[in-house]
Amino acid sequence: MRLELGNIRIEDVKFGSKTEVKNHTLYVNKEELITLLSEDERLASVSIELAHPGESIRIMPVKDVIEPRVKVDGPGGLFPGFISKLDQVGSGRTHVLKGTAVVTAGQVVGFQEGIIDMTGPGADYTPFAHTHNIVIVADPVEGLKQHAHEAALRNLGLKAATYIGEAGKNVEPDEIKTYEVLPLFENAAKYPNLPKVVYVYMLQSQGLLHDTYYYGIDVKQMVPTLMYPTEVMDGAIISGNCVSACDKNTTYHHLNSPVIYDLMEKHGKEICFLGCVVTNENVTLGDKQRSSNMVAKLVEFLGADGAIISEEGFGNPDADLIMNCVKVEKKGIKTVLVTDEYAGRDGASQSLADADQLANAVVTAGNANEVIYLPPMEKLIGYAQPADIIAGGFDGSLQPDGSITVEIQAITGATNELGYNKMTARGY
Amino acid sequence: MIDKIRVVWYLNQFFGQIGGEDKADIPPQKHEGGIGPAAGAGRLLGDRAEVVGTVICGDTYFGENVDTASEQVVELISTFNPDIVIAGPAFNAGRYGVACGAVAKAVTEKLNIPVVSGMYPENPGVDMYKKYAYMVETTNSAAGMRKSLPAIVKLALKVASGEPMGTPEQEGYMPRGVRVNTFVEERGSKRAVNMLLKKLRGEEFVTEYPMPNFDRVAPNQPVADLSQAKIALVTSGGIVPKHNPDHIESSSASKYGKYDIAEFNTLTEADHETAHGGYDPTYANENPNRVLPVDVLRDMANEGVIGELHRYFYTTVGNGTAVASSKKFAETFSKELLADGVDAVILTST
Repeated sequence: MRLELGNIRIEDVKFGSKTEVKNHTLYVNKEELITLLSEDERLASVSIELAHPGESIRIMPVKDVIEPRVKVDGPGGLFPGFISKLDQVGSGRTHVLKGTAVVTAGQVVGFQEGIIDMTGPGADYTPFAHTHNIVIVADPVEGLKQHAHEAALRNLGLKAATYIGEAGKNVEPDEIKTYEVLPLFENAAKYPNLPKVVYVYMLQSQGLLHDTYYYGIDVKQMVPTLMYPTEVMDGAIISGNCVSACDKNTTYHHLNSPVIYDLMEKHGKEICFLGCVVTNENVTLGDKQRSSNMVAKLVEFLGADGAIISEEGFGNPDADLIMNCVKVEKKGIKTVLVTDEYAGRDGASQSLADADQLANAVVTAGNANEVIYLPPMEKLIGYAQPADIIAGGFDGSLQPDGSITVEIQAITGATNELGYNKMTARGY
Repeated sequence: MIDKIRVVWYLNQFFGQIGGEDKADIPPQKHEGGIGPAAGAGRLLGDRAEVVGTVICGDTYFGENVDTASEQVVELISTFNPDIVIAGPAFNAGRYGVACGAVAKAVTEKLNIPVVSGMYPENPGVDMYKKYAYMVETTNSAAGMRKSLPAIVKLALKVASGEPMGTPEQEGYMPRGVRVNTFVEERGSKRAVNMLLKKLRGEEFVTEYPMPNFDRVAPNQPVADLSQAKIALVTSGGIVPKHNPDHIESSSASKYGKYDIAEFNTLTEADHETAHGGYDPTYANENPNRVLPVDVLRDMANEGVIGELHRYFYTTVGNGTAVASSKKFAETFSKELLADGVDAVILTST
């Protein structure tokens, strides 16, 4: 399966009378977009604001972040099962509005949404301080249950990103990158001397608003399955998550799934990248056993020599991570894990909820409990009150001057376990 | 001229030159200047620092009165107004190592002054107190004094300088088990790919998170006769009285709550809710018994299946809460449960 990604460099985003890309500037017709998004009767109000890197702006509570993309050539469209029909995606050509992001904000649960500061110390921790953001704040109609609110916001973000992505359809990209993985036997035959590597892609599926979707299906209802690496680039996986902001994978992260891109970089040179095993993180022991058995079986079935296994979330999913690792290692296949840590505010506690000596190669995205002071910003998009109850906040987190002292857990994408960031933790 | 760094040294009765085992029960005392190894270190400190005082306590006295002794030692140390405290080295002397560690903990917490020590890695004081002091690895006997003193002094000068501390390898201290975030050149995914390449090629690689010896707890024996047993409910699912009166955090909880349920035959939306930030609270709020099954246990008590339901439940939020915090909570309330004659606990999670 072969996909061309045409990256269109966007250097600024402005409101305009027509949604279009001109000279590396994206113009968004605000009224047209609001009209489109207001069609959802679960939402009482929708407003749109822009936030640029370096501006004194705080966005919270953030639900999801989505990169605008558009299908230019080949079957299907973005976000199959939600926005586009259920065609097989991952081939042809897709254009990307690089440097922009749609950010959805609103108070869904209060606990489980994140903070994005566009400047100051918090900006170092989130990739979305460095994108030109089109922020959509939507409030639900009175009495709407939280899961219905989540579904409405999820859909709204995908819809907005698709609408904006269309602006890149007829624009000449600044660069075109080609990603291709051949069918299994051809792939292995083409690179007979390179070690064969599989990516085990764990998705949050604990339920109760901790859900991820693969081609429209809630992944807690599926068994582990195989995926070509390019499928995510067209939005085969989307986030339906309300969970600690630091290590939930936003839809943006899935579209730019970093292990996939970095394995593709080495594919055909130092490794033979066979593809991905997509799996879940369900809560019952039986589900964990079934899924981890199947992960190990599929990795073996593919004939892999090595596997990278990435986690989403923490605590309960630590058990899935270790089960996947141990079962794959016991088949003689070498693993590297990507996780983050909850070592306490002083960094002195045990970091994971499970451990095994076979997990001897681990990449950590940092300690999510580390406390940070976020100074007041000149402008707030959304609501600041949830700071005291947000995951990572505590009584008194929000000060009268608008400053917030929280664990970095509350910052969107701060300890992303797909390995999107440059942070790590060291033992001192 | 820059003021010299003021060092206070903590020693036991033996290294403090008071006596052997027969003097191990002496209470804390202080002396101006350095004694024993503290005197020997004077030359090593050069003109940057000086040992302004030595505090000595017998190992037996300390071991038998840890809390009081810690307080007394801290009190004596504070009179010298030090910039840094050096304790030991204790080598493989268990009681002395634990005393040095306890002093480090008390000095860190009460005086907010850094502590440097030295011990043999298997000294129990290392595991118990490593996060409170920078400890140099020593040999297992005092024969290694000549080698360990320069290392301790070097480390102490670095710590006292206030400059950021490097890694254990760089600075020569035993890992304290403290995880600190830092930014590196490459993103995590790339580090993972490179680590896998090394592992596949059989080359040396360094994990970013060495797996700890995981603390697994073996289940207790079953309760012999439930119908006579007093059962308590404990939860990490965050059930609290309505409006969370003690403000237990939605994640990374710093406290637990103890609440009376004597008046409740069941929990309802009107009186209880969850403070937990790790799941959709809709169903727990609608019917808090789903997480804290007061209703079912009342039925069981009425039917004689269990003896009785304890009148208090203990609750916290498990979401993102450090294992060390959970351990501390349970250590405290387990004593209360025992004192209240509770025979068994039903621990619910989410």
